[in-house]
Amino acid sequence: MTDQPKIQLIDVHKSFGPKTVLDGVTVDIARGESFVIIGGSGTGKSVTLKCILGLMRPDRGRILVDGEDVVDMSARDHERVMKKFGMLFQGGALFDSLPVWENVAFGLIQGLRMDRRKARKKAVEKLAQVGLAADVADLSPSELSGGMQKRVALARAIAAEPEIIFFDEPTTGLDPIMADVINDLIVKCVKELGATAVSITHDMHSARKISDRMAMLYHGRLIWTGATVDVDRADNPYVDQFIHGRADGPIKMELRR
Amino acid sequence: MNLLAAVGRVFLSFLEHTGRLSVFTAVALSHCLRPPIYHRLIGRQMLEIGYFSLPVVGLTAIFTGMVLALQSHTGFARFQAEGAVATVVVISMTRELGPVLAGLMVAGRIGAAMAAEIGTMQVTEQIDALATLSTNPYKYLVAPRLIAGILMVPCLVLIADIIGVFGGFLVGAYQLGYNPATYIHSTWEYLKPIDVLSGLVKASVFGFVISLMGCYNGYHSRGGAQGVGQATTNAVVSASILILTTNYVLTALFFNK
Repeated sequence: MTDQPKIQLIDVHKSFGPKTVLDGVTVDIARGESFVIIGGSGTGKSVTLKCILGLMRPDRGRILVDGEDVVDMSARDHERVMKKFGMLFQGGALFDSLPVWENVAFGLIQGLRMDRRKARKKAVEKLAQVGLAADVADLSPSELSGGMQKRVALARAIAAEPEIIFFDEPTTGLDPIMADVINDLIVKCVKELGATAVSITHDMHSARKISDRMAMLYHGRLIWTGATVDVDRADNPYVDQFIHGRADGPIKMELRR
Repeated sequence: MNLLAAVGRVFLSFLEHTGRLSVFTAVALSHCLRPPIYHRLIGRQMLEIGYFSLPVVGLTAIFTGMVLALQSHTGFARFQAEGAVATVVVISMTRELGPVLAGLMVAGRIGAAMAAEIGTMQVTEQIDALATLSTNPYKYLVAPRLIAGILMVPCLVLIADIIGVFGGFLVGAYQLGYNPATYIHSTWEYLKPIDVLSGLVKASVFGFVISLMGCYNGYHSRGGAQGVGQATTNAVVSASILILTTNYVLTALFFNK
C-alpha cells in the first residue's frame, strides 16, 4: 500500500460550453513528493486543481485521493476527504472581515472545532513559522502588503497540518526577492509537514526551486512529465520553448482568431 | 427563424435560472436546519438587518403615517367621513404599508450589501477558500443570513407599524385638530389581531426573499467588479419585484374569502 499514489487523475475531461479545457489529463502524484504543473495562462491549470478539490466537477474521468474516487462521493465523505487538503490561493483569498489570526485559525475553529484561545495560540505559532511577528495577528488583511498577505495565506493553508497542499501561482504578483522568500517557505513547510504538494505556476524559477517532478499542461493535456532535473533535457519543443520563455516556437499565442 | 431562436434562448435561460435558484434555495434551507448552527454569525446578521436598519425604516414609517393621515383627512372630507382617518391609518400601516415599505427599504439596504459582500468573496476565491477549510459556504454564509432575515424583518415591521401610527396621530392631533383621546380610541376600536399578524407573516416572507436574493445573486456573480455590481443590482431589483408580487398573493390568501 505504501507505493499507492496519493493523488491519481485518470483521463479527466472538462469543458465549459464549446471550450474544452481539460482533454484527458492522466497523472499519478506520489506520497510526499512536490509536483509542479507548468503551462501558459488559460491552459487549465487552475481547473485541474479545482477538479481535484471538488470545487468543479469533471465531465469525464476519475480522480482518486488515497485510492478513493472523489468525483462521485457523498457530501459527508467528501467533507472528510477535504480535511486532508490545504490550499494557497493565487490572490491569497483571505477573509477580509476577519483579523489575521482568525484567518489562520479558521480551519482549526470551524473545521476541527478547536477552542478559540487555543486556536489563536496555534495561529501565532504558524505566523512565526512563515516569518511574521505576533503583532500582525490583530491586523486586518487589508492592512498588509502583498507579500505579507501571501505569507498569511500560506500560514492558513498549513495551519490544520494537511496531508496535501495545493499552491496556485504562489509567486505571481510578488517582487523577485519576496517570490524567493515564499519559495523557500513553501519548501520548508512542505518538508516539515511531510506533505504532498501540488503547485501550478508559470514562473520557471519558482517551479525549479520547489518541485521534485514537473509536468507541462498544454491544450488540456499533459504533454511532458518528468523529474525536475531532467527538464532541460526534455527533448520536447514545447517544454523547451516554455522554460526558455521564447516567443517563437511550436506554441503560438492566440493573439488573433 | 431568428425571432424563434431569440424567444427560445430567453425561455431556456429563464428555466436555467429557475432551476438553479430552486436548488440553491433547497440546499440553503437544509443547512438552516442541520447542525452545526453558527450562533455568532446569526447574531451578527440579526444586528446588521434589525438594529442598523431601524433609522431608515423608522423614517420611512413616520412619514408614511403622517402623509396617510393628511391624505385620508382631505379625501374623506369630501363625503364627511373624517372620523375614519385613524382607522384607515392603522389598518393601512399594519396590513400593507408597514411590511411592503419596510421590506423595500431593507431590500435596498441589506439585499445590496449581501450581494456585494458575497459577490466579492466569490470573485476573490474566498468562497472556494471556505470549502478548502472544511467549512460549507452555504452553512457559513447563506444560512445565517436567511435565518436573520426571517426573524428580524417582522421585528422591524412591528416597530414600523407603531411609528407609522404615531406619525398619523401627530398629524391628526396637532395639525388637523382631532381630539387626541378620540383619535387613539378610534385607532384601537376597529383594529383586529389579524391585521397586525398578517403584516408580520408577510414581513417574515419578505425577509426570506431579501436574504435569498442577496445571497443567490452574490453567490453566482462572475467576472470581477462589474459582475459584483450586476449582482447587486439584480439582488435589489429581484427582491423588490418578488416582495410586490408575493405581497399580492399573501393578501389574497389572508383576506380574500
